[in-house]
Amino acid sequence: VAPFNYHRPGSVAEAVALLSARSEGKLLAGGQSLLPTLRLRLAAPTDLIDLGHIAELRGIRATADEISIGAMTRHNDVAASREIAQAIPALARLAGHIGDRQIRNLGTLGGSLANNDPAACYPAAALGLAATIRTSRRSVAAHEFLRGMYETCLDPDEIVTSVSFKIPSKAAYLKFMHPASRFALVGVFVAERAGEVRVAVTGAGLRGAFRSQALESALQHSFSVESIDAVAPDAEELSSDLHASADYRAHLIKVMARRAVAQMTAAD
Amino acid sequence: MSSYDLQLTVNGQPVSLLVEPQLLLVQLLREHLALTGTHVGCDTAQCGACTVLVGDRAIKACNMLAVQADGLSVTTIEGLSAKAGPLHSLQAAFKQHHGLQCGFCTPGMIMSACELLQNGVAADEREVAAALDGNLCRCTGYRGIVAAITETLAAAQQDSRGAV
Repeated sequence: VAPFNYHRPGSVAEAVALLSARSEGKLLAGGQSLLPTLRLRLAAPTDLIDLGHIAELRGIRATADEISIGAMTRHNDVAASREIAQAIPALARLAGHIGDRQIRNLGTLGGSLANNDPAACYPAAALGLAATIRTSRRSVAAHEFLRGMYETCLDPDEIVTSVSFKIPSKAAYLKFMHPASRFALVGVFVAERAGEVRVAVTGAGLRGAFRSQALESALQHSFSVESIDAVAPDAEELSSDLHASADYRAHLIKVMARRAVAQMTAAD
Repeated sequence: MSSYDLQLTVNGQPVSLLVEPQLLLVQLLREHLALTGTHVGCDTAQCGACTVLVGDRAIKACNMLAVQADGLSVTTIEGLSAKAGPLHSLQAAFKQHHGLQCGFCTPGMIMSACELLQNGVAADEREVAAALDGNLCRCTGYRGIVAAITETLAAAQQDSRGAV
């Protein structure tokens, strides 16, 4: 790891000040993606600003129609939250299957979304649950926040502070896991709320997680496993790499969507 | 690049030293504190051989900076039992069930299981195997490992019920 200066702010305002004063500064959340990146010297920031000691970035709050989660909340804390398990069990389950137990003890919601790894799980939940991302200066809808592969709308001196997920009437997340990395080869988040169906796909898109209009309109028309059969995801918009071809990913999207819908309809 | 005045507790002992911020927790343990029971396997946060407890949580010490553990309490395999003293219940169960072949993954396996034990987790063999998602045994000697952990968790459950 290349040397860097280490900072430990106690508040979001202090962290923003540190970040804006340093052009090559980077935020350290849980570090579970950042540290491997630093170790490969894919990044060599001059300054690392540790968000681990800012109390206002942690915690889970539930209201009647949304769950708000502090950006520095660890995956295992989301997975173990009774409030989340009651309001959005699919979100608790998703968090409980990110990486492995040791990674989930450090990795954070805000870190995951700000990194916007194209195979990460949280971006699918953010799109599927119409999330609002709160930052040090504004509130942004998930689809505006997630710009593309490893890209968000965050300004260089802007920090994610919390994320609010709308509580659906039902939801399910199904992930076809890469067996080594445990990232989603393909993950599909299906949610229904106030008569609106959302289908968000991660692991497959050339520009990161996306909502599948084709699956959404099919399921909006008839919420059943069978209505997925007629949908043909466009493989040209999907990524192809040594792990899976675009055609295979297109196939997996339908399989995961079917399983998600089956799970949701079985609960009725 | 300025050094950092690090203060933490390792295996119950206060530790205070100046470190470079880029020092990994596993380097602090092995190279500065000579606690070489914490192993470096893959060095890429996958195998779990470097698992230690920070507070009551199992983490991979190759994927955490030493400065992130500032002010916290770290427990390594050396902290589980005294050199001449009796084995920790997990160590004894690993010995009894032959929960190791080459032994390289063992410290990480035991520290990972320690988190389950401290949190009073009740789990059958399938659940224990699933909970070991962050630990790899390249000898594939999982049966003995899972049996040892399952038995230790069950015994602890029984003890805590007996104590009530």
